[in-house]
Amino acid sequence: MLRLILALGAVLLGMAGAGAQTLPPILNDAMPASLTGAPGDVARGRAIVANRQVGLCLLCHSGPFPEERFQGDLAPDLNGAADRYSQGQLRLRIVDPSRINAQTIMPAYYKTEGLNRVLGPFAGKTILNAEQVEDVVAFLMSLRGEKTP
Amino acid sequence: MMRLRALVMATLAVPALAGEIPLAERRSDTLTMSSELRAMQADDAANPASFSVLDGEALWRVRAGASGKSCADCHGDGAQSMRGVAARYPAFDSASGRVLDLEAKINQCRTERQGSAALPMESRDLLGLATYVGRQSRGLPIVSDDPRLAPAIDRGRALFTARQGQLNLSCAICHDDHWGRKLGAATVPQAHPTAYPLYRLEWQSVGSLQRRLRNCMVGMRAEPYPMGSDEFIAIETYLMSRGRGLAMETPGVRP
Repeated sequence: MLRLILALGAVLLGMAGAGAQTLPPILNDAMPASLTGAPGDVARGRAIVANRQVGLCLLCHSGPFPEERFQGDLAPDLNGAADRYSQGQLRLRIVDPSRINAQTIMPAYYKTEGLNRVLGPFAGKTILNAEQVEDVVAFLMSLRGEKTP
Repeated sequence: MMRLRALVMATLAVPALAGEIPLAERRSDTLTMSSELRAMQADDAANPASFSVLDGEALWRVRAGASGKSCADCHGDGAQSMRGVAARYPAFDSASGRVLDLEAKINQCRTERQGSAALPMESRDLLGLATYVGRQSRGLPIVSDDPRLAPAIDRGRALFTARQGQLNLSCAICHDDHWGRKLGAATVPQAHPTAYPLYRLEWQSVGSLQRRLRNCMVGMRAEPYPMGSDEFIAIETYLMSRGRGLAMETPGVRP
């Protein structure tokens, strides 16, 4: 029973996108361990990436989304992401890409510290919660080979 | 370990950010619009902001406040006396020692000269007067040569380049470093303040440069500065300096 309550609490915290909990260790340019201890869901990850209010990814990136018009070109195509990076490398690039390149324009999706003037409703919250980050990692790991949109 | 980390950093490092757009490459954002929108802006009969100009022209002659005076009673025909004025705003105001944008200057006139209440920000009357005054500078180059503006320009530049919001972006990341690229459906503009107040299709109305700045900040999920604040006026002052030499286009049309 106690374990159920604890697990429920963890899920609720994650859903709120509240402040990032203690992060798994970073090894070189990768974060090999899952934020939730579980693998993400590819289909949910795809929906998050495509959603312009949730993942926001397609504002800057393009990817294998033939149904999505108006994909951005400020950042690399997501096609073949899994050929270029390991799962741990992709996770760190979503959690906090500034750890790899301090000049990057990509937001840190799982970080609340070091930000300025965050708008009220978003204050103290991460862009994605831990489960959503894992879903996006799972989706990106499915992007192998050059798929043409 | 250190060497590996350094190697990784070097491999992934991108060239330093581009910085300010070279003066010779700065150009009006009108040029990146569709031909339909450019035609709408150029034709007074099709430009929806023309109604705002007409509002302002009528208000120019309306007596207001304890003074019982209209703008025209002091300034005469606005088409003559206001020529080139908007191309020099924001301007340093000796009386208050502050930098005022055009809307703040209009409200200073209303409260101190006319003895009337200040017009609310983004109200039809204030936008009308600002659009009417702005119209009198159409085709004239933006001038930013008053050394007393330097502190506001510096502050505006610092705000323009500061990372902010949950998305941790700055104005400069898009408008200096990535103009011309696609942010979703939108072409990232250089963001020159040549055409304000302007009619924006997304708004379905005429709005000020400060309203546009507020939109961008909310888009970055950053807390906008208050309307009329020194911060917004500093950014406006910096943008006019950055766009110096470009022709004024008020009243503009934007997507």
